Formats: sequence, structure tokens, C-alpha cells
Amino acid sequence: MTEKGNEKSTGFWRTAWKRYRKSRMGMLALAFLGLLAAIAFFAPMIANDEPIVCRMEYTSADGATTNELYFPGLQETLRQLPWIGPALFSAPPPFSRMDFKFKKHFKPGRDWAIMPPVPFSPLETSEDRIQGYSGRHWLGTDELGRDVMARLIYGTQVSMRVGFISMGIAALIGLCLGAIAGYFGGWVDMIISRVIEIFMCFPVFFLILAVLAWFPPRIENIMIIIGLTRWVGIARLTRGEILRLRELEYTAAARALGAGPFRIVFRHLLPNALAPAMVSITFGIAGAILVESGLSWLGFGVQAPNPSWGNILRDGYGLMATTPHMIPPACAAIFLAVLCFNLVGDTLRDVIDPRTRGRGT
Amino acid sequence: MTLLDIRNLSVEFHTEEGIVRAVDEVSFDIPRGKTVCLVGESGCGKSVSAYSLLGLVSPPGRVVGGKAILHGTPRLDLLKLPEKGLRSIRGNRISMIFQEPMTSLNPVFTIGDQIIEAILSHQAMNKFEAREKTISMLEQVKIPAPEQRVDEYPHQLSGGMRQRALIAMALATEPDLLIADEPTTALDVTIQAQILELLKELQADTGLSVLFITHDLGVVAEIADEVVVMYASRVVEKAAARELFANPLHPYTRGLFGSLPSLGGNADGRLKTIEGSVPDPLAFPTGCKFWPRCELAVDGCRETEPELRTLAADHPVACDVIEGGADD
Ligand SMILES: Nc1ncnc2c1ncn2[C@@H]1O[C@H](COP(=O)(O)OP(=O)(O)OP(=O)(O)O)[C@@H](O)[C@H]1O
Ligand SMILES: [Mg+2]
Repeated sequence: MTEKGNEKSTGFWRTAWKRYRKSRMGMLALAFLGLLAAIAFFAPMIANDEPIVCRMEYTSADGATTNELYFPGLQETLRQLPWIGPALFSAPPPFSRMDFKFKKHFKPGRDWAIMPPVPFSPLETSEDRIQGYSGRHWLGTDELGRDVMARLIYGTQVSMRVGFISMGIAALIGLCLGAIAGYFGGWVDMIISRVIEIFMCFPVFFLILAVLAWFPPRIENIMIIIGLTRWVGIARLTRGEILRLRELEYTAAARALGAGPFRIVFRHLLPNALAPAMVSITFGIAGAILVESGLSWLGFGVQAPNPSWGNILRDGYGLMATTPHMIPPACAAIFLAVLCFNLVGDTLRDVIDPRTRGRGT
Repeated sequence: MTLLDIRNLSVEFHTEEGIVRAVDEVSFDIPRGKTVCLVGESGCGKSVSAYSLLGLVSPPGRVVGGKAILHGTPRLDLLKLPEKGLRSIRGNRISMIFQEPMTSLNPVFTIGDQIIEAILSHQAMNKFEAREKTISMLEQVKIPAPEQRVDEYPHQLSGGMRQRALIAMALATEPDLLIADEPTTALDVTIQAQILELLKELQADTGLSVLFITHDLGVVAEIADEVVVMYASRVVEKAAARELFANPLHPYTRGLFGSLPSLGGNADGRLKTIEGSVPDPLAFPTGCKFWPRCELAVDGCRETEPELRTLAADHPVACDVIEGGADD
């Protein structure tokens, strides 16, 4: 209020962000999650047996010799982008494709390459089996001689994807159904509320196990199942919030201005009801990461040889009697990611909830 | 010229405790370019009457009878129009402003966003034109620095400013009728006077009709051309403002005027309140609903409900006891 004069318009989310910034824990957690997200996206430039950038001389089968700059790591990173990714990948130079084996054709002295900090791919096996932590393999290797650090980094990708996509699905369903139930009331609310109650009775984890007996245990399927079962909390919160907002005068005002019911719900009311759902979504992401890790640990999640934190833990568990070196990194990764999402959720709740708003952070 | 002709409007709420007749056979008309004040104690059905004109009474409430003919066109009966037809009238031909300027604006959108949306949903304009129109409306309702205010959020404005913004929003589509449900009750007295002044000016400029709901007789004296007095869901007296203040007929109206210091008969200037309280709508008394509180009540009042009858010229009143003309 004191800075009102010289300040541009402050919307709800901007004010919330200003309060959020004051929480050191919340900011730390958010920063760490930002780091995890960056690691997930840039994984092909952080852990890869192909360089980020290299200049190679290459004589192809038909005798033509080229000497070009290649960006295999960068390309692989950009290829992950939806829509533009594939287009970039098939683009002409400077994004020419290195369609020969880097390792086989690389000649030190003639060619040069900038390798990623972890110069191994997560699927690349080697003769260095079951090694402890070393300068070459920072977090050691597993039974097949794969670099654990590289696998952990790619595991981040899996966890982030599962967390965000599954909760994205859940949020979409939960927000829509909750808003519709809350605004229209009557039999619509009756039906949706009963569905919510039914879903609340499912033990999600076992439901997923049951479903995975029928469908191939692919990561996409896991995300969809988590999304289809975890929307319940979001729907309940949103319904309650819309129920409250519906009685406020701006709803009557919007109606008196001639707005139709769907416009009122989705444009006027839902933006005001997002705050509690945001908190629930954040906690939901943490939950989804845990579910995926658990599934992978049991062998129902991400399938070998693809890495995920749960898989690494599973592989490490087999070796525990002899060398427990794979357990701490995987545990730490799961623990920290879940902790940070929960901390962000907690802070968000404090920042958004009017009852705790007055308290200093 | 009559803009809106309301005949025998009745609204019921079917609650678990029973049927509440919140509006009972209410009739009055709103002349073009004039202000009609709807007055009465809390709970007498003023808001429900106004809401039902826009089809905004939601379940368990239901309009059970009556007509509300707009522009003298029988086709435009607001009580019978389908939802879609009403939607093109709401906020377009008839706008509404509410009691609480604090909660009538959506907190997540700027003032400008909301007014622009109101304009665009009824008028063929592009965004830039709508924004220009919004700024000129804000200027018209005397909001200082409208170019800046337009991009501010509701919580950055004071109560009086918000009510001005709401008036701007209501009038941006150039409606024929503005329904104002106690728009000044939540404001302090000086702001209240400014808002009333503003409404009068806007009305003089645009020829707008206003249906103004209030229980503050000071406001009525300030703004009304015509007054409709309601008591326990029914109209008990209707008259031009000047006539009503000079010659209140119904004992209830006299009681109300008795509670107005400047006009009241009390020599010591104390507020005179009407004895007793508003009857429970689930258990209205038989006969005239006012008799338990009425000083003039006779036995007959308990039996028959009085109909409106015209004692003085253009001055119908629903009381069987009082005699025509001013007798005191
Ligand atoms: N949602 C509802 N459910 C049941 N009864 C209702 C409902 N809304 C209004 N009523 C009934 O309608 C009657 C009239 O209410 P209304 O809001 O029109 O009063 P009012 O004259 O506007 O009073 P106020 O000056 O307090 O605004 C109330 O006494 C109440 O019994
Ligand atoms: Mg009211």
C-alpha cells in the first residue's frame, strides 16, 4: 500500500509473488526446482557420449570429404521441444546432422570436440562394471557398466515429465469438473460429487498396478493414470471455492451484464479460484514423482534399459549387499525433489491463504 | 412515456420451511428519463423485484406471475423472455449496479478489462475503440486520470471510485434503464452525495431512466421523481415524490417519514421508529400485513387485505382505514 503511488498495476498473482519472494525457504526450494527443470531439459548437453559441439572431418562411402561443425548434443536438446524441435533437427547447416558414429571417426589432433561434463550416455554399457565413485564415473557405474550420474540426470527428465504432465491432466479435469459442479449445483453437482467420492475410495497406487497389468507399462500410460486419478483433490477445492465466489456480487454483476454461464464460470470465477488449486497441484506433483519412483522400483514403471530414479534404486538395491553406492544418490534425488515441491506448495499456501497472510515469513 | 410497465409481478421462494412470497402482485411503471425510487424496510422484497426484471432470481426463487413490458412492446415481456433474449437485454438495454462496490468488481481483472468486456459483449467495436470508449466513460463519471485508472485493479480504488467505475461500466452500453440496488448504502455521506449528484447529471445528459432502490428517505428526497413504497412483499403506496412528501397517506409511509428527522413531526428531532418489526415472510399476518404495527388498525384490518385505491389524484394507497386527502 505504501508504494502504491509509483507502482504499476498489481494483480493478485503479482502481489502473491511479492510475498512469496520474502520466504527464504520457498525461494530456495523454487530455485532448486528450477535447477532440476534445467537439468531435465538440458540433459543431452550434460550427460552424453556425443559432444555438445565438434568439428569433424569425414569421408563418406562415396569418397566425398567434408569438414563441418556439428552440434549433436545441442540438437538432441532442441529436438525435445514440441513442434519446432523436429523441424530444427532436419534443418540444413549450421544444424547439419552427424549421420556417422562420432566415436569411430573422431581423430584427436585433426578434429576437436567439446564434450558434456558427464561424457557418458545413460544407456551406454562398458567394461567398468560396479565401480564406486571416481573422477571418471562421479557416482560410479552399475552392473552393466553404465554411468550412474548420466542415468540420474536422465531420471530427472522422467520425474519432471511425470510430475508436470500427469498433474497437468489432473488440473485440467479437476478445475473443469470442480468449477462446473460448484457453479451449476443441483444434479450436475450431485453427479460430479459422487464421482469424486468414488475416486476418493480408490487406492491410487494399487489401481495403477491393476491397470498396468492390462496396459503396457509405458511412461505415457503411467502419466495418464496418475492424471485420471489425482484430479479429485483439485476438483473438491475448486468446487468449494466456486461455491463461495458464486455468491459474491461480481457474479451477479457479470450476470447482470449479460454474460452466459460458461463465460461466468471459466472467465470470471475460475481465475479467482485458482489459488487453492495451485497449492494442491504443487503437492500433487510431489505425489506423482513418488508414485512413479515407487512403480519403477517395483518394476512396473519406466522399463529397463531406460533410466528413472526408481529404476536406479532398483538396480542399486540388487547390489546393496556388495556395494551400496547407487542408493544414496537416487534416494537424495527423490527426497530433494519431493521435499522442494512440498516446500513450494507450503509457501504458496501461506502466501495465498488470507488467514495466514498477515503473519510474517 | 412509459419505458417499463410492471404488472402484478409475483415471486416465490420454495424453501424447506415453506413457500415465501417475496414479491406479491407488485405493479408500477418506470417513465422514460425519470427516477423511480423503491423504498421499504429490509426484507420487503425490493431487491427480489429488481432482480426478477432481469431474470436474475435463481432457484429456489421463481417468478410466478406478472408482466414487465419494455418499450410498450408486448413481445418484450422481461418475465417471459427466454434466457438468451434476456442476455442481450442485460447490460445492454438494462444495466444494474449493486450495493457493495467492494465486491461487485472482479479482483483479478483491471477496471478497464471489465468495462471493455461489457462493451464488447454488446456492441460491435474493436478493442481499441472499446478502450477509448472506456476511458471516456471513466472521464464522464469524473474519475480523475482515467488513462491511468483504466489499467488499475479494483483494490487500488477507493469505494467511491469503484462505484463510479461500476456506473461507468453500467452506462458504457448506453442502456435505457439503470437499476441501482442501494448503490450508496456502503459509502460515507459525502461520497454518497457526490454519487447521487453524478447520477442526476448523467440522467440529464442521456435521458436515462433509473430504478433506485433504497431505504434512506434522505436519498429519496434527493433523487426521486416517483416513489413506490413496499411493505411485506406488497406495494402499499405510490405517488410522485413531491406529492408523497407533502401528503403521505399510508400509516406505514407516515411512520417512515416520522423516522426522518428533517421531515418528521417530532419536535425534539429524535428519530421516530415504527413499533414492532418486519413480519416473518413465512407467517404473514392475515388481512393487512401492517396491522400488528399500525396505530390506526381496526378489527376489519385483520380480515381483508386492502387493495390499492386512489384517494388523491395519481396517488394509490393500500389502506382501508384512512380517508381521502390530507386530514392532519
Ligand atoms: N435465496 C432466497 N431464499 C429464500 N428466500 C429468499 C431468498 N432471497 C430472498 N428471499 C426472501 O425474499 C424476501 C425479500 O428479500 P429482498 O432481498 O428483496 O429484500 P430487500 O427489500 O432488498 O431488503 P434489503 O433492504 O435488506 O436489501 C426476504 O425477506 C426473504 O425472505
Ligand atoms: Mg436488497
